[in-house]
Amino acid sequence: MSPLKQARFLLDITNSRGIVRRYFVVNGFDGALTMLGLIMGFIVSKPADLSMVIGVCLGAAIALSMSGISSAYISESAERKYALGELERAMISDLHNSAHGVASRWVPLLVALVNGLAPLVISLLILSPLWLAMAGVNLPLSPLYSAVFVALLLTFLLGVFLGRISGVTWLRSGIQALLVAVLTASIIYFFVGN
Amino acid sequence: MVNVKRVVLDVLKPHQPNALEFSQAIAEAGVDYRVKLIVLEMDENTETVQIELAGSAIDFNAIQSVIANMGGSLHSIDEVEVNNETVAG
Repeated sequence: MSPLKQARFLLDITNSRGIVRRYFVVNGFDGALTMLGLIMGFIVSKPADLSMVIGVCLGAAIALSMSGISSAYISESAERKYALGELERAMISDLHNSAHGVASRWVPLLVALVNGLAPLVISLLILSPLWLAMAGVNLPLSPLYSAVFVALLLTFLLGVFLGRISGVTWLRSGIQALLVAVLTASIIYFFVGN
Repeated sequence: MVNVKRVVLDVLKPHQPNALEFSQAIAEAGVDYRVKLIVLEMDENTETVQIELAGSAIDFNAIQSVIANMGGSLHSIDEVEVNNETVAG
């Protein structure tokens, strides 16, 4: 069985696909809004050096990622152990070497990786215009505004993803998520800027 | 050579993997295995199933191992069909 098929199988037998999707969206959204907040903060503050902006944002992204990995691993590990214990009691047998035992050890790791990598990858994408500007690439907008644009775009796409899962119109769901990001940016602009 | 052609097993299994995945995993253990699975009883976390397996030469140890790997527990062997295919002489 290929590793991807094996991962899918382990997620299926523990009914964890929904959890993974939820963690991906929730923490991805966290990453996008945190980066948006930081960049908006830099926009309304005194102009700062791009390398400093990148350093601050990257630090926050790594912290979000580590927090996502550790919190998801600890909570999922406990949940999986409990579920395996319940199943072992029902089956009156030791399932340590069965697919359920393997799943109880690997699923928390998979869930933790998704939970931790979602905000990191989304943050890195949002920061990509800043790196491009540092590398001398000419952007249509200033680097910070380009990063805000990417953040809004990714938030919209996360909404679209949620819409496709729930069966709601993708456009409506995407716009809902986008509105949250626009509201966040506006609050920062008006309250922090003034 | 004595070959096992058909067995009927009584197995207790968790709800997941479901009946379809469970039967597929057993069928994959041999090249010409044919599996029929009937759910006899369902509990909150488990289900009792009857598995009828047919093939030209069933490897029973491999089947037991697949069942255990999928979290199942073999309760009894209810029916067996064995052929002696030794060529005389």
